[in-house]
Amino acid sequence: MPAGRLKTNETEGRITLSRPITFSFNGKTLQGYQGDTLASALLANGIHLVGRSWKYHRPRGILGSGTEEPNAVVQLGIGARTVPNVLATQLEIYEGLEASSVNCWPSLEHDLLSVNGWFSRLMPAGFYYKTFMWPKSMWMKYEQAIRRASGLGVSPNLPDPDRYEKTYAHCDVLVVGAGPAGLMAALAAGRTGARVILADEQSEPGGSLLYSRETIEGLPAMKWVAGVWQELESMEEMKLLRRSTVFGYHDQNFLTIAERLNDHLPRWECRGARERLWKVRARQVVLASGALERPLVFGNNDRPGVMLASAVSCYINRFAVAPGSRCLVFTNNDSAYGAALDMVDAGIQVQAVVDCRPRPRGVLPERLRQRGVEIIAGSVVVNVKGTHRVKAAQVMQLPAQNGILKGEKRLIHCDLLAMSGGWSPVVHLSSQSGARARWDDARACFLPGMPVQQERSAGAANGSFSLNACLSEGSFAGREAARLAGWEWDNQPDPPSSSMQLEEPVQPLWLVPSEYAPGRGPKQFVDMQNDVGAADIILAAREGYHSIEHVKRYTALGFGTDQGKVGNINGMAILAQSLGATIADTGTTTFRPNYTPVTFGAIAGQEVGEKLFEPVRKTALHEWHQARGAAFENVGQWKRPWYYPKSGESMQEAVNRECLATRESVGIIDVSTLGKIVITGKDSGEFLNRIYTNAWKKLAIDKARYGLMLGEDGMVMDDGVTIRLSENRYYMHTTTGGAAGVYSWMERWLQTEWPDLQVFLISVTDHWATAAVVGPNSRRVMMGACQGIDFSAQSFPFMSSREGTVGSIPARINRISFSGELAYEVNVPANLGKPMWEVLMAVGEEFGITPYGTETMHVLRAEKGYIIVGQDTDGSVTPDDLGMGWALSKTKDFLGKRSLAREDCMREDRKQLVGLLTINRTEVLPEGGQIVEDPDAAIPVPMIGHVTSSYYSACLGHSIALALVQGGRSRIGEIVHIPLAEGRVIPARISDPVFYDPDGERQNV
Amino acid sequence: MMTKYSFFNLVRNALGHHEGWAPAWRSPEPGKQYDVVIIGGGGHGLATAYYLAKEHGITNVAVLEKGWIGGGNTGRNTTIVRSNYLWDEAAHLYEASMKLWEGLSQDLNFNLMFSQRGVYNLGHNLQDMRDIRRRVDANRLNGIDGEVVDGIELKRRIPILNTSPNSRYPVLGASFQARGGTARHDAVAWGFARGADSFGVDIIQQCEVIGIRQVNGCVTGVETNRGFIGAGKVGIVVAGNSSVLAGLAGFRLPISSHPLQALVSEPLKPVLDTVVMSNAVHGYISQSDKGDLVVGAGIDSFNGYGQRGSFPVIEGVLAAIKALFPVFSRVRMNRQWGGIVDTTPDACPIIGRTPVKGVYINCGWGTGGFKATPGSGYVFAHTLAQERPHSLNEAFSLERFTSGHLIDEHGAAGVAH
Repeated sequence: MPAGRLKTNETEGRITLSRPITFSFNGKTLQGYQGDTLASALLANGIHLVGRSWKYHRPRGILGSGTEEPNAVVQLGIGARTVPNVLATQLEIYEGLEASSVNCWPSLEHDLLSVNGWFSRLMPAGFYYKTFMWPKSMWMKYEQAIRRASGLGVSPNLPDPDRYEKTYAHCDVLVVGAGPAGLMAALAAGRTGARVILADEQSEPGGSLLYSRETIEGLPAMKWVAGVWQELESMEEMKLLRRSTVFGYHDQNFLTIAERLNDHLPRWECRGARERLWKVRARQVVLASGALERPLVFGNNDRPGVMLASAVSCYINRFAVAPGSRCLVFTNNDSAYGAALDMVDAGIQVQAVVDCRPRPRGVLPERLRQRGVEIIAGSVVVNVKGTHRVKAAQVMQLPAQNGILKGEKRLIHCDLLAMSGGWSPVVHLSSQSGARARWDDARACFLPGMPVQQERSAGAANGSFSLNACLSEGSFAGREAARLAGWEWDNQPDPPSSSMQLEEPVQPLWLVPSEYAPGRGPKQFVDMQNDVGAADIILAAREGYHSIEHVKRYTALGFGTDQGKVGNINGMAILAQSLGATIADTGTTTFRPNYTPVTFGAIAGQEVGEKLFEPVRKTALHEWHQARGAAFENVGQWKRPWYYPKSGESMQEAVNRECLATRESVGIIDVSTLGKIVITGKDSGEFLNRIYTNAWKKLAIDKARYGLMLGEDGMVMDDGVTIRLSENRYYMHTTTGGAAGVYSWMERWLQTEWPDLQVFLISVTDHWATAAVVGPNSRRVMMGACQGIDFSAQSFPFMSSREGTVGSIPARINRISFSGELAYEVNVPANLGKPMWEVLMAVGEEFGITPYGTETMHVLRAEKGYIIVGQDTDGSVTPDDLGMGWALSKTKDFLGKRSLAREDCMREDRKQLVGLLTINRTEVLPEGGQIVEDPDAAIPVPMIGHVTSSYYSACLGHSIALALVQGGRSRIGEIVHIPLAEGRVIPARISDPVFYDPDGERQNV
Repeated sequence: MMTKYSFFNLVRNALGHHEGWAPAWRSPEPGKQYDVVIIGGGGHGLATAYYLAKEHGITNVAVLEKGWIGGGNTGRNTTIVRSNYLWDEAAHLYEASMKLWEGLSQDLNFNLMFSQRGVYNLGHNLQDMRDIRRRVDANRLNGIDGEVVDGIELKRRIPILNTSPNSRYPVLGASFQARGGTARHDAVAWGFARGADSFGVDIIQQCEVIGIRQVNGCVTGVETNRGFIGAGKVGIVVAGNSSVLAGLAGFRLPISSHPLQALVSEPLKPVLDTVVMSNAVHGYISQSDKGDLVVGAGIDSFNGYGQRGSFPVIEGVLAAIKALFPVFSRVRMNRQWGGIVDTTPDACPIIGRTPVKGVYINCGWGTGGFKATPGSGYVFAHTLAQERPHSLNEAFSLERFTSGHLIDEHGAAGVAH
């Protein structure tokens, strides 16, 4: 019978023939059915050739039927919604799906780079390390060609229109996989009343049962699954996740699951988020992730039409597709006989079963013999004929002599070759959890290692491949997990039993011998996606790459999108063989997350875009600033008004106006963003003494003091004014950007070093809205706006604090200044910020009160030589460097004090804060510009410092700058140079950093 | 005898089915006594052995590796090479390394796939731009290439980069070092190993040092799981495990070890032909020759020696990458891993003598070690051979934490390492 869709009622499998679906592949319109994957639909249409390999661009078909697929990688869709590197075996088709092959040009059938195949002998593992070095200048050209040739799919070139979401979940038991073991585990755990999550990567539960013809409790397998599923759905504490891959197993039983919500739907049926990332904290985990069938490594084993035997069964039983019409089976174990029986029953001609075992006598082989199928025992397939599709296979008799087979080569015609090299438990998640997989000789596979977290494996994932074992182990594991999570139920029924078949042991067969020494005959692929052949692994071993990790990195074994799911074990075994070691010695490479690839967008989640990438912090007055047309600056997470341009005004003009208005009359600025931390407790004064460089215990109540905070290295890390509110209560200001860091820093010291201090910290930054009223008329504004406070210089002096009301709003008013002017900072509860501000604006109107932003604030403070930590300091600046040695207490200890005594901190020629006045008074220096003595010096030009802050001061009519200059204070008056990138050099004279009101008279009036 | 790698030899060996290639390095049994024992078979240790032999004629050298060579941070980093550091001392050291990189494939006769595709460090706020200007100007005056690129020019050069003023932290500009780029990280270890081996250096894998034997404060050799190995001098080059080895030798280091994670996407056709790093949003990205997007994150803040980090860091870095490159949202992450970085208080390495006579240390490279590999080996070899630092690493002594002469790269540069 011809290959393609099997159309009998019996073999409808899991597809719905009444629901045809139209899709396209490589521009060709094709038909499939609801329930098909792209792979099954292509096979149903007789399409085997679906892609090209990575290195040699060899034609490739469909090898498997699930996440293990290395070859059938396609580009899904076009435009903004395209997805590169989708597995055809995982992609459920939907109406209108468009997919195309990757890594081929101009077409899949006629790929130009398949010439690589002709030169493949020049391209063994690691060939690129040995050549492309001459001439040296050509490397970038060679590399361009290499880059163009590699890679698979194409990245979208438009932003993603879809949305992703995340959710957290806690559960008693997380069961991974809804095959027979996973279903039983979920059932047993669920029946105890435990909170259970069952996650499975496929569109429907069943796992291997989806293509099984066995019976469980006398029912066809999928009927049994339906019954179990129904019971699970009825459980209140059961969460069932389909199309959900558990892709990462992290510490403390934290697992991550990617749930695909929309990828199986036509565009018009998609609703909500495309994917959901589950972050699950599970008390107990049951890993029932099944097993993957291994290919066999023989000549041209990558030709389209060579498939895993289990995949052939899957296409027949689950999708009602015959992947070929004449099949040859090649195996080293019994399971492929089941596939052969499936084929025979589906009407596919099975030419023969080639079994490397000398006397296969299990139940299944016997049954197949009875059906008249020839079993060629003690033999192997050595080569495949056909390029775009299998045409025939060559079979030879074992044993090999010195690794070489002699004798007759028998040619068997076929268009399908089903192979089975045994089974590998999916130990990925158990390994990720920290357990070291261990090799089991009897079963010829790696088994999960001793658990180091609260997990256990069950069923095929545990190396128990028979259905009965899956059912009973699953049941036991689920019950045990629930019990350990605190849930028990005494009436657990016995696990069901199935129509099980006894199997004969597998006979390990790694590199299939042939009439050639390895590397001399046709290519024997181990990792198909990356074109790693057995000869490449042997070459790597020959060249000294003995560690499996070296081999992986040298040959690219297991580096593909499939992460070596089918190829790695064969590769490890071939390495062990060529080193004369055992597989247990060689070991595995590290299994890393992700089990299967996960969309960046899903991991990024909602934390994207203008609003959610990081929280945007706005002050209570934000809308007012916006209404006034303020330009905003990002300061940490905050949006701060930068300046308030009037129509037609440039930034410089606006800043000049704001500066002059403030210096001449009165300005107002929103300083709500400054960090504010309340420090309470009986040891608060002592704590401040240790944290700050100056002394705090004698500060009177309602008085304010400026403090400098140093790191342990003695370098300035933050500064601000702190006010003593009462005996044991202080109110600390930090810089806007430094607030969170300072808070953590103080908590760290309190919690880890000084637990004896009774001090409590409360972050109150967002609790208060603060306006600074600044300028010679500020007192008048305050007197008009404020009740209950005597604003006379005597009763409310500089650096003190009072309580009163503004309008009717209770307010704390601090007389502190960051501009050198008479100034008051008005603090009110944040929700009353706007009315407070409006009162101040209304009262100030007669004085022309002018709102100003951070830029004017910067100019005003620079005119006074006040620093901004993080701009004028960089983590290498001591208080003395800033000319603030006066702030260092000589009598008490404080953080950083000892570091300041180090010899380098005492050097005379340290970089010191100075002012710079450009010779051309209107020329503003670039901030960050380097300062040199001799601009004509040879490279490397000695640099003596750099410009930290630089502005045009409208008030002084001169450009001013602050700079850190080596031995700067002793150089005042000297001319230095700032060379620019374009070659020009700006000369400037070093000055005192205080440009304005050096005696500080204005703020003290 | 080492077979020279060349196209000619590739063709010749192809005719012999590649059965004639010699091992890239031998796997000898440990000898009894060496002039110098290097602990740590990463890139830095192997480079040290190579330059000891090549530059100083010291070939009775063993490199001891507890696992497989290049298996630590050499094989776990994001392969970025650049030299645009701020401070003179760091800039000169990394630039010396860069100059070595520029001829290293030829020198080692091993194609390290060193690709000078340029490195951008993005600025997202006014302070970032001040720091960028400061650093680029300093680099230029130090003879290191660099330019400040504004947002418009950046968009022209990297069209898929999101430079929209409406993004959360808009990209205002960047520094660009054209000579920066990437290299094939594993190949660096292998190339140095092969080079060192060809001079007679013994590279001994699966050999873990469990003690450092001293007589009167003077080193005499190392205890290993394969027995005692005598040594005239010992160089410790073990990155994340530096404090452990220092502990064995009996001194302490101002080092804290943290996990640092990275990840790769599935392979894609060429889409990004340069390196883009952002400190403000904490992520960096390039595309490997194989086609994978290689993404690096910021360090995990907790301490530890386990080579695994926490998932929130991965979430954060991918959010950052999506913010910078919205087109990569549908690309999929294939694999993630972690290494252990040894960080110092000033984000600069420690290269030099230790309190134990004959024991030298090279550590503290933090997140910036890969790019320094050849330069680090070069100066450390000099330090071991001459028993005094090279002028390039004089400033990087352990004593600087006592004297206070720090070279504060993280405080100053605002650069993602």
